[in-house]
Amino acid sequence: MAELDLNRVPMPKQEPGARAKNFNEVALGYSQEQAIAEATRCIQCKKRPCIEGCPVGVDIPEFIQALRDSDIAEAARVLKSKNALPAICGRVCPQESQCEASCTLAKKNAPIAIGRLERYVADWELNHSSGDKPDIEIAPATGKRVAVVGTGPAGLTAAAELAKMGHSVTMYEALHVAGGVLMYGIPEFRLPKDIVQAEVNYVRSLGVEVKLDAVMGKMTTVDELLEEGYDAVFLGTGAGLPMFLNVPGENLKGIYSANEFLTRTNLMKAYLFPEYDTPIKLGKTVAVIGGGNVAMDAARCALRLGAPKVYIVYRRSREEMPARLEEVENAEEEGVEFKLLTNPVRFIGNDEHWVTAMECVVMELGEPDESGRRRPVPQPGSEYQMDVDTVVVALGTTPNPLVPTTTTGLETSKRGTVVADPDTGKTTKPGVWAGGDVVTGSATVISAMGAGKAAAASIDEYLKGT
Amino acid sequence: MGMGNPALLACSEPWARNTERERREMFRIEKREDLTPEIHLFEIAAPEVARKAQAGQFVIVRADETGERIPLTIADWDRDKGTITVVFMEVGKTTRKLATLQQGEYLQNFAGPLGVPTHIEKYGTVVCVAGGFAIATIVPIARAMREAGNKVVSIMGFRSKELVFWEERLRGVSDELIVMTDDGTYGRKGLVTEPLKELLEGDEKVERVIAIGPTVMMKFSSLTTKPFGVKTIVSLNPIMVDGTGMCGCCRVSIGDVTKFTCVDGPDFDGHLVDWDELMARQRTFCDEEKRSLELWQHSSGRT
Repeated sequence: MAELDLNRVPMPKQEPGARAKNFNEVALGYSQEQAIAEATRCIQCKKRPCIEGCPVGVDIPEFIQALRDSDIAEAARVLKSKNALPAICGRVCPQESQCEASCTLAKKNAPIAIGRLERYVADWELNHSSGDKPDIEIAPATGKRVAVVGTGPAGLTAAAELAKMGHSVTMYEALHVAGGVLMYGIPEFRLPKDIVQAEVNYVRSLGVEVKLDAVMGKMTTVDELLEEGYDAVFLGTGAGLPMFLNVPGENLKGIYSANEFLTRTNLMKAYLFPEYDTPIKLGKTVAVIGGGNVAMDAARCALRLGAPKVYIVYRRSREEMPARLEEVENAEEEGVEFKLLTNPVRFIGNDEHWVTAMECVVMELGEPDESGRRRPVPQPGSEYQMDVDTVVVALGTTPNPLVPTTTTGLETSKRGTVVADPDTGKTTKPGVWAGGDVVTGSATVISAMGAGKAAAASIDEYLKGT
Repeated sequence: MGMGNPALLACSEPWARNTERERREMFRIEKREDLTPEIHLFEIAAPEVARKAQAGQFVIVRADETGERIPLTIADWDRDKGTITVVFMEVGKTTRKLATLQQGEYLQNFAGPLGVPTHIEKYGTVVCVAGGFAIATIVPIARAMREAGNKVVSIMGFRSKELVFWEERLRGVSDELIVMTDDGTYGRKGLVTEPLKELLEGDEKVERVIAIGPTVMMKFSSLTTKPFGVKTIVSLNPIMVDGTGMCGCCRVSIGDVTKFTCVDGPDFDGHLVDWDELMARQRTFCDEEKRSLELWQHSSGRT
């Protein structure tokens, strides 16, 4: 047997100094040689634990084997048979806690770089496919109609799966472009918008119709969709409602929710203002409140928009940060500074109502709370002022109530999430399924895709019986 | 702009084609009318929006592929024809871009109907106050209030005679109409708050006031009614992005609570609005808007 190769092939990246000044993709992707070299490290073990680690069950060893044999088209076919959006997953999945964590070589601290290989194969496929005719087999038409509400990762996955099963699928999107959080939230430098649209087009190529500018709950309702003859509805409306700190001064100018900040920057392309009409205005010192991936995205956008000083202000310590380690490192390399165990309690503004400072309190960590992380406790008398002229509040999001409040018989939790069976996505309303952030609260792209896929299987089962 | 992967351009073609196709079926400008040189009316084909539209709601509009999303209040609708009427005034780049579109051309995007409809109920006597191009917004509200059995007294105010429009239309849905101009060139000279105050001081009990127009007009209308304790509903117009509750750019302080105008409004109790905060927030992007407009005017040869 050949000796184990424990040297992961690194992925080329833009240099931190250069990339912090542009919106181009940070990670540049493998070359073919690099991809095949990394694929060759896979020992094709018998147990195949990586598949278990993938929320959508991609046959990872098989696509890696095809790649190693230089049959990239076959690798793509294997990948796409389980994952409709591999170019997206290859970029934004937390592989380190999923497939790569389960890899046999992870025990030697050298798991196969499955995400990078997935990205390589998916990008190759996007560049080589004809674009019109999918290579995936589509089942004969069943005559059943399914409405998918929301075109984010959950919706796109459910729609693709249902279309492959032969159902007629129509997607409803409130914004002017499909993709949900993949378009408005995750920045261009982490997930290029052309990639997202290429994946959306793939879903379209399966026969899925996408209705844009269609605000569910306003233009029409889920009840009406069912009355109008849809046999089933899948809700993948995400968690789009921003949370604020609810402290004095939060409505001052210069204070954005992360949703607003990222939507202006990514969806509306404010970084290309005035070529694009939507502006964004930053001062010299930006404080991003929060420690998740969205906070890192906002901080890194702020640098790229020209802010000289960008802070992440987080109330716990680095260990408790929910952001991916890779994103924290990227932010730090680019020059983002971290103010940990710090919590804003009030914002102070000038005569023009523009924020000029925030009063912070120093926190210390107490006993673990219900999340298992140590609870931050304010230290009395530790208040101090920090001069800032731009603030981005990235505390997380909850589901937008527009759909739940206009749908009869749909049970929601106290947190505003739609109650659904975790295995099937079935809601309390007959004919209606839900999955992704609208059920779990803000989580990951891949978990939303997993939920979309599971719901599609359950919907298919249900439609066979109707 | 930087392209992550230039080879992917080939893939974006079907997307563009699709958008084009979808666009061509909808959002056609069926009718354009210039109400004044700077105030325009579009009747837009949007059957699904028309089916649901109610008085007081708004739509989010984008003029073109690089355009921003702006809210426009729904001035009227025709469920049979499947059209929505909007009225807008040329102010910045987006409204000026919109004004270049002619009958038969298309809007890039049109989403709605958004926001909570104006609450309509039989109160007794309702005073509808409108300033400038908001006349278009108040007409369906006055109509609905009258249909609900109210006596509707309307006050419309303009800067000057040449800006007056829809006088007969508002008269047609009101029991009484008072026309004001700031400079006295038409109707009575003065601000809308003057006849409003007279009505409140008069013998007839006013049960409710609806005031829609420029923010400063709504503020002073609310200040006028406050001493009389007459509930006053205003329709706020802060900056918006998505218009569906996602970004919070349109947040306003109503009493002690923060509300999102797009989903909680646009109608609010005028006596509870923090007007100074709203007006400050409306000016957030003043410099950028000015720069953007100047560049566009320069590059497109418009003045």
